Parts: sequence; structure tokens; C-alpha cells
Amino acid sequence: MINDFFIRALIAGIGISIITAPLGCFVIWRRLSYFGDTLSHSALLGIGIGIFLGLNFTISVFILCAILSLLLVFLQTRTRLPSDALLGLLSHSILAVGLVSLAAMTWVRFDLLSLLFGDILAVSKLDLLFIWVGGIFILLLLYIIRRPLFADTVNSDIAKAEGMNTEVANLIYVLLLALVISIALKIVGVLLITGLLILPAAAARNISNSPSSMIVFSICVSVMSVLIGLFTSLELDTPSGPSIIVAALVLFIISLFPFNKFLLKK
Amino acid sequence: MVNQNQILVELNKVSVIKQKKWLIKDISLKVIRGEIITIIGPNGSGKTTTAKVALGIVKPDHGDVKILENLNISYVPQKIMIDWTLPLKVKHFMRLTKKIDNNKILNALKLTETENLYNNEVRTLSGGEFQKVMLARAISKKPDLLILDEPLEGVDYHGETLLYNLIKKIRDEINCGIILISHNLHMVMAATDYVICLNNHVCCSGTPNTVTQNKEYLSLFGPRSLDSKSFYTHKHNHVHNDDGSFRDIV
Repeated sequence: MINDFFIRALIAGIGISIITAPLGCFVIWRRLSYFGDTLSHSALLGIGIGIFLGLNFTISVFILCAILSLLLVFLQTRTRLPSDALLGLLSHSILAVGLVSLAAMTWVRFDLLSLLFGDILAVSKLDLLFIWVGGIFILLLLYIIRRPLFADTVNSDIAKAEGMNTEVANLIYVLLLALVISIALKIVGVLLITGLLILPAAAARNISNSPSSMIVFSICVSVMSVLIGLFTSLELDTPSGPSIIVAALVLFIISLFPFNKFLLKK
Repeated sequence: MVNQNQILVELNKVSVIKQKKWLIKDISLKVIRGEIITIIGPNGSGKTTTAKVALGIVKPDHGDVKILENLNISYVPQKIMIDWTLPLKVKHFMRLTKKIDNNKILNALKLTETENLYNNEVRTLSGGEFQKVMLARAISKKPDLLILDEPLEGVDYHGETLLYNLIKKIRDEINCGIILISHNLHMVMAATDYVICLNNHVCCSGTPNTVTQNKEYLSLFGPRSLDSKSFYTHKHNHVHNDDGSFRDIV
């Protein structure tokens, strides 16, 4: 059964959606959407480097994203350029560099659209291993750093003053973000990973009244988006990434309906 | 083994420079267990920076800071904003940096008369209410050192008296050291053991009585500050150059 490409895509997609949801909550709490965008756009260059060196994509993308995320954290504390401008500048530059590097390697054949927007056919058994083993590792680490990371998110000064190691928590968090981007790449594509991080978390915000319930709801929305998106992708032969994001958008819009007030009152 | 004269934090000739400007210059102070130190000074005089150095958040460019090891610190910052994306209730905020059981949280909230806010979203609180909740959170941790940055900001008249008496009571009950930052003079003086009057450097310091007699203090805050119902006024006896050094007004 695992040989069926669609079953593999489902197992991969569900795994990814469970991992991206809690990380995504922290992305919107910490205002890191642009940060996530920049990292995911760099994935294309990571793929280019992977092809050039003959490495597995997931590994080369992770290494590049990890280096970039550490560099960004360093730059944000050292430069006077507002992080918004800095990220906007880097995000598009690195996407362009990635596209040029892929185009320059005329001797390899690949489907650019599937890299940008995801491809359910592309999931291999090795990818499943990356997703589930990597996913458990990511969630475990996030669980360990949750207290300092959350305190830092609410107020960095209080967290630091009261003895929490916020810097280490922050570094681990951005590395986890790099890791999740590298393993979600095949299903969602380079351009839309941030959408899968943010949309379920935003939808969950509308129907939750505590940080933990927001994480639980965002996992539900995320898994539903991936399931709906993948089935649509199969039926209508649309690329998997956009299908998943459209499903998430629809769920987000539904979450805005006032019936949520009844949910909250309970 | 609580040592009565234990020094919790000591700043020795500490200076912080940011973008070629002295935020604070040559500041020395000592916080001893069971003492309340009040730091007063006009806006931009480096009160918050001094507090942050004592907390270990800001590293000084000159001078050194000794913070007692494993010190249980509580901090009430000046103003904090909670983002809409964060569904944070008072009960979650109370457990921000330490697991504390419900009874202790409710007791701390009762002390600041905010126990009815337990289930409210932090974002919906008024400025004064949030200030009280922040103080409740800080004392529920039973700290060794409590640093309060203008904790009475936005609190109504009844609340001011309540919180002010509470700060005294906390000091007596849990025997912690307290740094209280304020520009509200008449609320400060009575229970304070030591006053530091700041204007980027230490203008003057001492017990409340000696400070209010001090010439520099009078020129900084005006003679009317002696009157407990005085308006807040202050006059500078010097101006600051761009690099933060200062010269007398002639």
C-alpha cells in the first residue's frame, strides 16, 4: 500500500501538517512570517547546491536554511536596517539567485513548477522517513524549549530578567523552522511553505482562547487543509501546494464566521 | 540561610553607551536584602537602563555588575504590549516564567484586588489593571529581588495607595530587596531606605531626608517637591552635550 504514490503523499502531508502547525503559531506570535518567507525562498538555492554537489535535496536545503537562519538572527541584532526591509531584500534576492543557479545548470532536467508549488508524486519512502523521524524530533525539541520561547514571545525583558535562556531557545526555534522548511518542501513547494505555517495558526486564533488551545486547533486546521488539498490535487490534477493553501484559506474564512462566539462561550 | 545584610546586586561605576551617547555614567549602587531603593529622575535620565543593568539584561560598557548567584528575580517592566495574535489570559500570564499553583496565583491577585480578572484576556485589561496584574505576577514568585519600573503608572488614586502599601508589606513579609523606579515623588519617599536621584549620572543619593535637603536634588526637582502635594516639576541645572557629557547652565 505504501507503494501507492497517493498514500505516501497522504502520510507525508499529515506528518508535515502536524509539525508545521505548532511552529506556525510561534511564527505569527513572534511576527516571523517574513523570516519564514526568506528561509523558504532560499530553499531553491539549496536545491541548486544539492544538484551541483550530488547531495540529497532535503539535506542541502536544511544546511543552507540553517546557515541563513543563524545569519539572520545575527544580523537582526547587529544592523540598524529594520528587519522588515532586511528580510524583504534578502527574500527576493535569494529566490532570484536560486532560480538563476538552477537555470544555469543546463545539464540537469527537473520540473521547476513542482519545486515552486509542490508535487505529490515526488514523495519517496526516504522522504517519509525524514518527515516522521524529523517531525518527532522537531516537536520534541519545541516541547523542551516551549517555556523560555513562549516567555520570550510575550516579553523578552521579563523572560531574560527572570533567568530564562531566551537566546538559546530562539536559536533552536529558527533551526527548527529551517528543518521543517526542508522537509515540507516537496509537498508544499518553495513559494507556499510560509502559507502552511501561517494560515492554520491564523484560523485557529479566531476560535481559541488560550495559547495551548490555539496550537491544538491549528493542528486540526492544518491536517484538514492537507487532506482536502491533496484530494483536490488528485481529482483536478492541480499542483499540491496551491491546493493545500486554498483549502487552508477556505478554512480560515470559515473560522471568521460568528458561530465561533458560541464555541468560545462554552 | 537568609543573611540579613546580604548584598543581592551591586553596580560599580557602571556606564552604558549607545550610539555614542552616554545613557548612564558611573553609576554605583547596592541592593541589600530587605531594603527598598528608589530611583528617581526625569524622563530619559537612565532609570530603566540602570534597572536593566541590575537585572543583567543590558551589559555595561564600563564598570562591573555583581548579581548574586541563583537569585530569584521578579521584574515589572514599564509598559508591555500583548499582540492580538496571542490569546493570553491573566491566568496564563501569571505562569509566564514559573509554574505556580492556582491558590498562590489567586492569593497574589487578591493582594492587588484583581482576582476577578483571573479569566480575562490580558489584551482587554486597562493600563492600570494590567499594572496591578504584573505586580501580582511578580510577587507570586516570592522573589529575592523585585525590580519595579514605574509600577504605579496608570493606576488610580485608590490603587496607588494600595500598591504602595503592598510593596512595603511584601518587603516586610518575604524580606526581599526592591528597586523601585518612579518619577512620582510624593508616593516614593516614606518607606524608602535609600534614594538615588538620577540624571544620567547620580545627582545625589542617600536617605530620603538627606536627599530632599540636597541642593542638586532641589535644583533638579524644584523646592516645591518637598510639599507632598506638589506638582511634578523639574529644572535642569545643566544641559547635555551631544556625547552625553554635561555642562552647567550659565
